[in-house]
Amino acid sequence: MTATYRIIVCDGTTCINSGARRLTALLKEHLDKHDLTETVTIGLSGCLGMCDKGPIMVVNPGYTIYGGLSEADIPKIVEEHLIKGQPIARLAIQEDHLYNRFFRVFGDDKFFGHQMRITLRNCGIIDPESIDDYLSLRGYEALAKAITDMTPEQVVAEVESSGLRGRGGAGFSTGTKWKFTAAQEATPKYVICNADEGDPGAFMDRSAIEGDPHTIVEGMAIAGYAVGADKGIVYIRAEYPLAIRRITKAIEDARAHGLLGDNVLGSDFSFDIEIRLGAGAFVCGEETALIHSIEGARGMPRPRPPYPSVRGLFGQPTLINNVETWANIPVIILDGANWFKTVGTETSKGTKVFALAGKVVNTGLIEVPMGTTLREIIYDIGGGIPQGKTFKAVQTGGPSGGCLPEEYLDTPIDYDSLAKAGSIMGSGGMIVIDEDSCMVDIAKFFLEFTQNESCGKCTPCREGTKRMLEILTRITEGKGQNGDIEKLERLGHMIIKSSLCGLGQSAPNPVLSTIKNFRVEYEEHITEGKCRARACSNLLTYEIIDTCVGCGACRKVCPVAAISGSPKKEHVIDQEKCVKCGMCFNTCKFDAIAKV
Amino acid sequence: MATTETTAKTTSATAAERLAQLKTYIAETQENEHPDSFLIAVLHKAQELYGYLPVEVMDEVAEQMGIPTAHIWGVATFYHYFSLTPPGQHVISICLGTACYVRGAGQILQALKDELKIDVGEVTPDGMFSLQPARCLGACGLAPVVMIDDKIHGELTPKRMVQLINQYRKQAKK
Repeated sequence: MTATYRIIVCDGTTCINSGARRLTALLKEHLDKHDLTETVTIGLSGCLGMCDKGPIMVVNPGYTIYGGLSEADIPKIVEEHLIKGQPIARLAIQEDHLYNRFFRVFGDDKFFGHQMRITLRNCGIIDPESIDDYLSLRGYEALAKAITDMTPEQVVAEVESSGLRGRGGAGFSTGTKWKFTAAQEATPKYVICNADEGDPGAFMDRSAIEGDPHTIVEGMAIAGYAVGADKGIVYIRAEYPLAIRRITKAIEDARAHGLLGDNVLGSDFSFDIEIRLGAGAFVCGEETALIHSIEGARGMPRPRPPYPSVRGLFGQPTLINNVETWANIPVIILDGANWFKTVGTETSKGTKVFALAGKVVNTGLIEVPMGTTLREIIYDIGGGIPQGKTFKAVQTGGPSGGCLPEEYLDTPIDYDSLAKAGSIMGSGGMIVIDEDSCMVDIAKFFLEFTQNESCGKCTPCREGTKRMLEILTRITEGKGQNGDIEKLERLGHMIIKSSLCGLGQSAPNPVLSTIKNFRVEYEEHITEGKCRARACSNLLTYEIIDTCVGCGACRKVCPVAAISGSPKKEHVIDQEKCVKCGMCFNTCKFDAIAKV
Repeated sequence: MATTETTAKTTSATAAERLAQLKTYIAETQENEHPDSFLIAVLHKAQELYGYLPVEVMDEVAEQMGIPTAHIWGVATFYHYFSLTPPGQHVISICLGTACYVRGAGQILQALKDELKIDVGEVTPDGMFSLQPARCLGACGLAPVVMIDDKIHGELTPKRMVQLINQYRKQAKK
């Protein structure tokens, strides 16, 4: 007889993109073929965080994690593992990776490795589209506890005492926000989930919603009870179709179970949630801009005060928190602020989720206790820099943050330490940069983004970032002038001081932090016309080296006829004519063109 | 101005059917509290039906929602998600998120611009490709990535990018 297995297939976006769903369909076919449909069940999970090893399947019992699967592997897994009981070592992810340990404690909430999961506690464990899965892991118990055992004031006090700070980036005390909103007498009040994740290179919020949508619904309902709101709104990016579908289903299922709607769980408390789509404007992550967007207008910020807790959506008291903040709420209510406070540092409690990416071996989604150092994340969890390259910087906080060089690697992750080091916590993007990236170019990349996303309301942000970008562009083109660095610094500080919202107030950060930590690279660009990373195309020359076989491909593709040479002889580039477009470099099949 | 009949490609419905669908949707939203706040939702619906936001459709929305067209233009031009021009046959979204950027998305973009001879936000003269930027497609493990229509292509180099474009061209010829 055959053994009983449960196979979990990672249904996160990266795994779907690498073919997980096609493999699932194929797996079903093979199970059918071998008549195994009764003994082998297939479940889906949200993002497991091992994004660079997808598509991932976990075979239980045994915790065998298969990664990097192709269609040809499926029949083998069925025949060898499921029928003969022989796991296929070749396909299994063998290293005792922390994610492996994560699965050894499957169903247990104990701590493991350097990671700790509060926000993502259910991601990868439950089927995100099943409310029963969520309910079986103490889902909605916190809501029940709040409604039946606690007064709204006690709920607010518990959140305040937990020390939880806003995970959207600014780190404002969540409890204080709740207290302000609860204190307002005007009704109706609104509770908003900010899922307009805009930081380029961050996907924490999307993964959290895709992996465990009910926890957001539960967190919002608890807040509704605590501050006296009867309506919640999830403001989510239109670019996240899977997350939208899952949160929509979660809301419908919760409604069907009496966990949302009139008289939640038979109490006097009524609360419902609707979804509003964003439309791709980074500035809408700012709370007053977000409110304008929900109201159907251009998403432009307005001066505060009055804060949204006093006058927010449709002029009513409004509580806005980020996805990750919401995901912490059920845990704080259920396990208590006293437990929550034991995790993290003096000023920053709990954990933080990061989207670790860039030049690092293990890219993916991680969650660590506050106080973990950058070094631990990049080297222990991330596995260091690939291809033996040298670490140059780590960028946190996206376009509002900064780049920290090696000497800051032992900085513990918390709001205040990162700010002191010259970056910010931000929403959770963490990009590792190695020697191949030019810091001036990176600064320019972020500024291009914020310049493009500036809503145009405040002159310093609208015009100032444009001028800064012009200066950066000329530096990367080798046309930098003496005094440009000082100009950038002066402009940057001025924009920070005179902008209305967080976008303008933080837009110069990537430039200022790279000037502070990598000033020498800026100087080299300006005075020596040199880019040490060979990333700025105007500052390098292309040369043909001796692997050239004289095929003539580069000669044909050169738009300015700068390449000459006879067939089967080594060609030559006329540096006077060359416009450094790089076409020859991209065309050459023999790697015979070098950047010098 | 291109007419909606020749360019819409997202649905096979006729112009009249599309308009009727849009009108039904608008009517539904207007029954809610704060009906004006559904403008962005209505524009999403319109773009889903037409593939972009034609000016005559915005006039229609203005009329039915009782909002000035100027305001609707203001909203439609503010948000990157809304397009005022018809998309190409294949929409190429190049991820310009940070992870892709440090892994060479800049070179991929340059290769695309050189090969297609268009800039970001433009459509090739033959209407075959349109090029648009994307901010993090969430496939950072495969960086740098490009999404052509609904398909993600990862771990690209400028050379592979050009090969990929040529594959699409070849298929079109068949």
